[in-house]
Amino acid sequence: MAKPDTAPRSTAPRPKMKNLRKQPGFDTMAWACLVFLYAPIIVLIIFSFNDNRSVVLWTEFSFRWYTAAFENEGIRKATMVSLKVAGVATVFATIFATMAALATTRNPPFKGQALVYAIINQPLMVPEIVTAVATLAFFSIIKQLTGINGIGYLMLAHTVFCVPFAYMPIRARLEDMNLTLEQAAADLYATPVQVFRKVTLPLMAPGIVAGAMLAFVVSLDDVIITLLVGGPGETTLPIYILGQIRRGITPEINAVSTLLLVLSVVLVSLFFFLGNRKK
Amino acid sequence: MAQNGVSQGADTHKNMILAEGVVKTFGQGEHMVTALDNVSVTIRQNEFFTLLGPSGCGKTTLLRLIAGFDLPDRGNILLDGQEIGHLPPYKRPVNTVFQNYALFPHMSVARNIGFGLEMQGRPAKEISEATDRMLALVQMEHLADRQTDQLSGGQQQRVALARALAPHPKVLLLDEPLSALDLKLRKEMQIELKRLQHETGITFVFVTHDQEEALTMSDRIAVMSAGDILQVGPPKEIYNNPARRFVADFIGDINILEADLTSGDTQATLPGGARINAILPNSWAPTGRVNVAIRPEDMALTQPGADNAALHGTVQNIVYFGSGHNVHVALDSGLDIIVRCAGTSHEVGALVGITLPDAVQVLVD
Amino acid sequence: MTQSSFITPAQQAESDAKLAAAKAQTDADARRRRLQLLSPSVLLIGIFGLFPLTITLIYSFLSPGSYGGVTWEFSTNAYVQFLFEADIFDDTLSFSTTYLSIFSRSIGLALVATVGALIIGFPTAYFIASKRPEQRNFWLFLITLPFWTNLLIRTYAILLIIRDEGIINLGLMGVGITDKPIGILYTDFAVFMGLIYSYLPFMVLPLYASLEKLDFRLVEAAYDLYASRFQVLRHIIIPMAKPGIVAGCILVFIPGLGAYITPELLGGGKDLMIGNLIALQFGGSRNWPFGSAAALILMVVVMLSLIVYVRHAGKGGASHG
Repeated sequence: MAKPDTAPRSTAPRPKMKNLRKQPGFDTMAWACLVFLYAPIIVLIIFSFNDNRSVVLWTEFSFRWYTAAFENEGIRKATMVSLKVAGVATVFATIFATMAALATTRNPPFKGQALVYAIINQPLMVPEIVTAVATLAFFSIIKQLTGINGIGYLMLAHTVFCVPFAYMPIRARLEDMNLTLEQAAADLYATPVQVFRKVTLPLMAPGIVAGAMLAFVVSLDDVIITLLVGGPGETTLPIYILGQIRRGITPEINAVSTLLLVLSVVLVSLFFFLGNRKK
Repeated sequence: MAQNGVSQGADTHKNMILAEGVVKTFGQGEHMVTALDNVSVTIRQNEFFTLLGPSGCGKTTLLRLIAGFDLPDRGNILLDGQEIGHLPPYKRPVNTVFQNYALFPHMSVARNIGFGLEMQGRPAKEISEATDRMLALVQMEHLADRQTDQLSGGQQQRVALARALAPHPKVLLLDEPLSALDLKLRKEMQIELKRLQHETGITFVFVTHDQEEALTMSDRIAVMSAGDILQVGPPKEIYNNPARRFVADFIGDINILEADLTSGDTQATLPGGARINAILPNSWAPTGRVNVAIRPEDMALTQPGADNAALHGTVQNIVYFGSGHNVHVALDSGLDIIVRCAGTSHEVGALVGITLPDAVQVLVD
Repeated sequence: MTQSSFITPAQQAESDAKLAAAKAQTDADARRRRLQLLSPSVLLIGIFGLFPLTITLIYSFLSPGSYGGVTWEFSTNAYVQFLFEADIFDDTLSFSTTYLSIFSRSIGLALVATVGALIIGFPTAYFIASKRPEQRNFWLFLITLPFWTNLLIRTYAILLIIRDEGIINLGLMGVGITDKPIGILYTDFAVFMGLIYSYLPFMVLPLYASLEKLDFRLVEAAYDLYASRFQVLRHIIIPMAKPGIVAGCILVFIPGLGAYITPELLGGGKDLMIGNLIALQFGGSRNWPFGSAAALILMVVVMLSLIVYVRHAGKGGASHG
């Protein structure tokens, strides 16, 4: 409508009015925000390749601390625990989330749907520290009653908070998918089971993969719940790193942190570009 | 055969679809919408049957009930003598061409076309032969291995047709399949669809809101409005003898005039006193004030006071539309009407006489 | 219009019955499928996510066990302890602000961090929203990426640069602004910075979602009606972005309030926040009832903020269609 050249003639033309969308200083702030977000991470990554033991001054490029990290028994064990917990939590959370997403998008709306959403998203709404202590209290009762111990509790706790993260992209994917494709398949003599296998499942697969990746990343990164719920010998990689940081900074931790960081970045980037390509 | 708009040859064709007393509502309580209000219709074997009406008239709902995507609240739907109203879509020998084509994006063109036969568990050889035959039928052989998202709109349209025809259904349902195409392609596809229907001998049920499309392609048209079928007949009958005011208004330009009809009289009296033969809708004999319909092209302008001038008026406006002119005339009786002529020597403000056709259609409101 | 000649009454009854059966079957199928598909996640989260919260409530009214856990003895001590201090010798209660001040400090820090995140996040979100669509996605990706990386490691990265031997202090000393490290680490400022750093993406995303919908013709119309840039910002852009501002503030405030890692690493443990206080009761201090009570009080504060949010979101949604 009101282009600059149709503006009232009486006001003298101002050169800075060229881009009406811009606000002064906003661009600078956005770039500063980006620097703020990335600078600490980049410094961490750079110093993980520093040969110097003191972790202060740059001396020489080296993979020394990566080698040391790989040879460190504690890191190796913690990595295995992390992968086990994240793997189990991802598999179950993704299956449950997929089923729930199908029920909330591929079925007629029902009474209590809002309640179901609220329950599924509950782990996102309660502060993590509260979830952590509540879970700890609950598990301690179960442990007392049954006498059963083990890493299963930690896996269970992770599965619970992974479900909403897996659910989000799967549901989004299903909502984007046109129902007429499934109707077309039914019209072409596919039974409900065949419709699911031949049409729904292949088309929702990118959403499932994305959900699984998010669940995996979220489980891998968890600190608070693992810290409280995890028993002795159930040290995940972040808990190991936390313990080391408390004891004092070592370049080995920089190397492990960098690796964990890179893993998350790769998975999330995949998720992002997978999602974008499909649109 | 059915291609030439045979209207009264019912006994040469058996009925393919019988819908009787079909009621369908959506929503509940205050928000309840009646999409189909006690609809009955008969569709014959091997005809090109069109459901025509504005959006929200219930035409797509009727199609979806025949396809099995929704179940009717009440009423019977028979296909080839069999009750199908209660069956799920995959148990009905009926296929659909969707408005947005609904091609499976994760399958090639050939697999899309063979999908129906694959689901029916036909042998691989039969599927590939039928697929090839269908590809040839819609002239898409060269694109068999393409992914469907690499096709143009017209090509997707052809694949959707081939996919729905491949299992050789008893009835093909088409839900506004041409609405996404541009005008030129749409005209081509209209002819193509007629050809396919002729070659396959399958009954086509076509849904559209485009009256021109309906008149061009159909053997018979059912005009729908507000969940009801108002008139069923061949295109010419629908166009020339609209029985209802809505049908007359919806299809083409038309002038609707008030006239007087006395009991037992075959002629109506127009305002200004001119008398004209009246065509009455079936089994309906109104008297008194009625509405009559006259197409603009059935009238002509003449000199005021000429012998054949039944009406008189003043030219208000002349609108040129390419192949002719619409002349808007204010009648002496106060009504505005449109007369269509190829060329005109009259000018705005001129007094003109208007000639009428031999007979006019009387409308039911 | 209807001529029933081709269907006899008997056939009619039969077909009506079939139709009714088909409908009942469809409904029953939908119900059964829904039950089967939803029960795993609803049961899982219901039992292991929701139910434990009631256990916390019960625990907060019990007495602490000597080695962690609880003894099943009713007591309101956990809540009394929150406000009063028992004298070690004669058990008389005197009002104490120790825990209240931890709560108010936490709320204060979370609030300040929220405002800080808004000041950084708003221009950033506006900048992204005014980009071309294909660039917007990439910027959003850059802003959200850190969120998906490990919070502990990101906090550790902050620690690395702000500690006395970190590059900030080395840089300042290098150019001669100061000759000894300015102590940033283990201060409230460090926690404040860490909180902004941790939850900034939560601020930018909802702000962007609001600003992206902003119709820039409205901005042009305001300029056309003699508004200055600042007036446009104040009277057009900010009011339109209000739902996003409220959502962003809530999304930063809630996790900021319950933060554990940030104050643990950057606050150095001497200035507690609620999160650390709670965790401490389940660890070294071993007072589970008191920890449960603190967790519940935190929950209440969070729920109150959520109610504020829902109220505002409802209003904002209505006025913007």
